[in-house]
Amino acid sequence: MIRLSGVAKSHSAEAVIGPVDLVIPAGGITALIGPNGAGKSTLLALIGRLLGLDEGTIEIAGYDVATSRSRDLAKIVSILRQENHFVTRLTVRQLVGFGRFPHSRGRLSRSDEEAVSRAIDFLGLRSLEGRYLDELSGGQRQRAYVAMVLAQETDYVLLDEPLNSLDIQHAAQIMRQLRRAASELGRTIVIVLHDINFAGHYADRICAVKDGTVAHFGSPEEILRAEVLSEVFDTPVEVVPGPRGRLAVYY
Amino acid sequence: MADAGASDAVVAAAGSGTGAEAGAARRSGALPSLRVRRRYAAVVGGLSLLSLLSVAGVLAWQNPLPAGSEGFWRIAGLRASSLVVIVVVAFCQATATVAFQSVTGNRIITPSIMGFESLYRLVQTSAVFFLGVAGLDLVRGVWQFLLQLALMVGFAAALYGWLLSGRYARLQIMLLIGIILGGGLGALASFMQRLLSPTEFDLLTARLIGSIANADPRYLGVAIPLAAAAGGLLWLGARRLNVIALGRETAVSLGVDHGRHRIVVLLLVSVLMAVSTALVGPMTFFGFLVAMIAYQLSDTYDHRYLFPVAWLTAFAVLAGAYFVLKHLIYAQGAIGVIIEIAGGTFFLVHLLRKGRL
Repeated sequence: MIRLSGVAKSHSAEAVIGPVDLVIPAGGITALIGPNGAGKSTLLALIGRLLGLDEGTIEIAGYDVATSRSRDLAKIVSILRQENHFVTRLTVRQLVGFGRFPHSRGRLSRSDEEAVSRAIDFLGLRSLEGRYLDELSGGQRQRAYVAMVLAQETDYVLLDEPLNSLDIQHAAQIMRQLRRAASELGRTIVIVLHDINFAGHYADRICAVKDGTVAHFGSPEEILRAEVLSEVFDTPVEVVPGPRGRLAVYY
Repeated sequence: MADAGASDAVVAAAGSGTGAEAGAARRSGALPSLRVRRRYAAVVGGLSLLSLLSVAGVLAWQNPLPAGSEGFWRIAGLRASSLVVIVVVAFCQATATVAFQSVTGNRIITPSIMGFESLYRLVQTSAVFFLGVAGLDLVRGVWQFLLQLALMVGFAAALYGWLLSGRYARLQIMLLIGIILGGGLGALASFMQRLLSPTEFDLLTARLIGSIANADPRYLGVAIPLAAAAGGLLWLGARRLNVIALGRETAVSLGVDHGRHRIVVLLLVSVLMAVSTALVGPMTFFGFLVAMIAYQLSDTYDHRYLFPVAWLTAFAVLAGAYFVLKHLIYAQGAIGVIIEIAGGTFFLVHLLRKGRL
């Protein structure tokens, strides 16, 4: 369970997050949606301790992220940000191997190697594991990053727009794999998504963020409603029944 | 969907135990394939051979006494102290530059632009400016050497402590301020040099161009333990440095206290740079050149493999240049000039050819 109480963070007078009170239950996929600049990514970065809090507390599985040791937290929560650029040249397998650092401190044991192999196979990257990252397509590279985060084998996985710049095939593929990670491996996944329909279809819970605060939190059925979405995005949204559940139409 | 089905099967297999053998066969080492491992061994072998040739050249070339005689070894012994200086400088520059570039996530900067060299220039120039030619001798000596080291490390510590521990700690800003401060100190030194008499200026210039001959063997007793301690700590932390090189966010997610380790690494780098600069004088492009060659040759992310190759490269380049300049064309004072010209040219060619670093 991730518990945020009275969380606030201000970048400047205009960009203020909070106060946010939110409880994300363990298990399943929770999607963060909302307009640009609403604070989704900042909220995720606060949970993942990439940014420091100004006020309030965040607890993940009982650990206070502000006071717990970073290396202990790295065994229960992992975070992948939107932009990843490495100066070092790495193969897919080496990158995924870094995911084991919290457990191995850089000395990969046999069980670490097996965890790396599992994560690579899970994302269907086996044939690419010896390739260098700069030789891969954007979608393949994105999957490699996700594999690294999964190899960390943390109960909580935070992903900041992992579908960014992916085509529909790869976006759907990653979402299916995350869905399986949540149901088969029992991970709790918190993911920032831009596509409302992806959120509606794959997530168990949706958290709508607006102006730095949580505007709505609930099941996809509760959030995928015309009046809720129109209010959150400040734009007319219709919700129509589709072949696999409700669909938001906003164009 | 076929893709997902296939990985299902593999996950199932891993569960039933057959995945264990597959896992053992698939390794994620720093040198992933046999080809890369062979290449690395060949690089180390080649560099060692070059280094040995340079050592043999420095010790034996035009040694007037017959090889193997007592007098031969006495002369070789006198020459060996230059080699020790080269070993120390190569170690400092190579380790410091590689660590600095990893921790800043930037492969086009070198730690020497952070003001160390300008500070050294200013100290040496001030000595001549205020005390005349005799001042140059006053800044020589073990205590003076230590004082210069302390000044340079203190300068770096103040800069890092001030700029990196604040709430809006930004590495880019720190680098920029370091460069500007360095430029300011350098300009002050140049201004003072304008006011010197030609003789004083001439004597000072010899000291301001990086040269193995600048090193006083008495300094080595201090320089070697310091370099070994600072460099040793960096080598011991090589695995953590691998993670830090992935950038702040990835490092934090992997549980590395990025802010603290970054300052520690920068301080160790400043000790190494200060030792090298105080020993032989400024060598702006040397570390950069060596790090760049080491990345290309070793082709790995792992600092445990990068550091040795960088050190060997540095030694081969420096000892080679020293041998050629001292024993073949008799211009040993110019070693810094040659390395900076070669380094600068290499940098430009490399950048233009590859388009990335």
